[in-house]
Amino acid sequence: MKSFSYTIKDELGIHARPAGNLAKLAKSWKGTSITIEKDGKSVDAAKLIMLMGLGVKCGDTVNVTVEGPDEDNAVKEVEGFMQANL
Amino acid sequence: MQRFSGKGVYGAVAVGAAKVLRRQQTSVNRIHIDDPERELQRVKTAKEKATAQLIEIYKKALEEVGEDHAQIFEIHMMMLDDEDYTESIENIIKTQLVNAEYAVSVTSDEFSKMFRSMDDAYMQERSADVRDISNRLIACLSGADSNSLHADEKVIICADDLSPSETVTLDKSKVLAFVTAFGSSNSHTAILARSLNIPAVINAGEEFLNAVKEGDRLIVDGHTGELIIDPDEQTSDHYLEIQKRDEHRKALLGQLKGKPDITKDGREIKVYANIGGTDEIDAVLANDAGGIGLFRSEFLYLANDTSPTEEQQLAAYKKVLERMKDKKVIIRTLDIGADKQVDHLGLEKEDNPALGLRAIRLCLKRPEIFITQLRALYRASVYGKLGIMFPMITSVSEVEKCLAACEQAKKELKAEGIAYSEDVELGIMIETPAAAMISDRLAPMVDFFSVGTNDLTQYTLACDRQNAKLEEFVDTHHEAVLRLIEMSAQNAHKHGAWIGICGELAADTTLTEKFLAMGIDELSVSAPFVLVLRDTIRKTDLST
Repeated sequence: MKSFSYTIKDELGIHARPAGNLAKLAKSWKGTSITIEKDGKSVDAAKLIMLMGLGVKCGDTVNVTVEGPDEDNAVKEVEGFMQANL
Repeated sequence: MQRFSGKGVYGAVAVGAAKVLRRQQTSVNRIHIDDPERELQRVKTAKEKATAQLIEIYKKALEEVGEDHAQIFEIHMMMLDDEDYTESIENIIKTQLVNAEYAVSVTSDEFSKMFRSMDDAYMQERSADVRDISNRLIACLSGADSNSLHADEKVIICADDLSPSETVTLDKSKVLAFVTAFGSSNSHTAILARSLNIPAVINAGEEFLNAVKEGDRLIVDGHTGELIIDPDEQTSDHYLEIQKRDEHRKALLGQLKGKPDITKDGREIKVYANIGGTDEIDAVLANDAGGIGLFRSEFLYLANDTSPTEEQQLAAYKKVLERMKDKKVIIRTLDIGADKQVDHLGLEKEDNPALGLRAIRLCLKRPEIFITQLRALYRASVYGKLGIMFPMITSVSEVEKCLAACEQAKKELKAEGIAYSEDVELGIMIETPAAAMISDRLAPMVDFFSVGTNDLTQYTLACDRQNAKLEEFVDTHHEAVLRLIEMSAQNAHKHGAWIGICGELAADTTLTEKFLAMGIDELSVSAPFVLVLRDTIRKTDLST
């Protein structure tokens, strides 16, 4: 299991567009579970509606957990995505 | 003649006939079924059909509004394919033995309720996306064609609300304007109207929709959000005049876009725009301003119950710098005093707030506020071409303290290993007679001056600018004010600094020639004045 925490810098938080792209990315890692946790509530990053429903805003810190056979590569990609887009 | 008002989302005027679209309440009946497998299959088929429709809409949107705005339909496809959404529909069918339409409708209510209950206006608006995909799915299930709009002549669409897909599928060659009774400026209708350059007013209210009848003559003012049903001749003429002015502006844009701002005899001057929030960047770009000469940072402090954090400020500054790309953005540090009620700043009431603890005085007294803002500004500086300016300066020692605060912010960032740019220009506002009088001492300390003519006039003429009774005493072209500006310009140039004007006077085209002759290097005005000012400059000849 790999995990990291990240503080959102995008003004709108995890809004529709990056949520859609993040869910797409999470889905592409078949067999690897990617979860996003905020204030004790965690959701599967591949599930777009729940991800948007988490209501992550600018300045919020989320914990990202990646678990699966290819977790080393997956965590790198997710972290890179968040730094570039959120 | 009846007047209503809503929120204008795209600044232009339309005059024409109303077309009223009232959504027929797509009531869905709950029907008991015996064969859940058959219903599940129906959902599957309908999903495929809905996805195919969305692909078509996505392509149309891509052509009309570009990839950024079209992406919402890609998100709709993903929502339609979302596991939780699909599972909810399937569970309702299997456990309650009900028809697919009903299961979709209940699921739609649940998910849109979740978004509506969120405490963020942007996310609340996403409930419209859930309803949009659900209605599409229900229409596909019941074999109904999604209602496309037909009109023979150009009309003003008046609806309770328009879903994103409805907005895109409308035949735009037939649409003069949109008016919706509900919706917010985060709604896709608003976003799409802006990118399509169609006048639009949202949130006009139920009363408007009840009052307007099919074929009514209607005026839509996207600048102010005003709506007038059956206008009299005088009102009509007034708006046709505004429409003409807008067209003139558009024509100017066509002529001036990308051209240098240079007088006939070759003197160049920069024309920048003033903004008070990140939502005005679109207008700056649409009017082809050369940069942002004044970005008032107060909105960050007025919008919330708490002081904005470094991260929140960074996000706003970064956004404006990134969107302006390599154009200059000058951000003014907090300019607030006791005349504004901001609970979290805890400002004590003052008898004379215009002469009180305000702007830079407040920042120097409250370093925690000041340093936080400077850190956010320097962190943002790597994303573009930043200038920082300090308001209400009256003395050399104040400028020394501001510069020391900048050094402290940079030192902190360096120690924390956070990147910032070394090329940030630092400047001060010339808005007190004191600053103008000692501008020879101040100029060597900074990169630029920016004259705030509103305050400079108020302090020079001892006239409260809020007091309407003083109007006859406020001569905005008063020689004292103009001399102070000229003196500041000479002193700036003597010491290698540049000078701009960002107050209301900058937009006064009767003074443009005078400012050019003084050697002013930059004029910064609100976005709607940019093109008119540029046109004036290009017609000026200082050699005659």
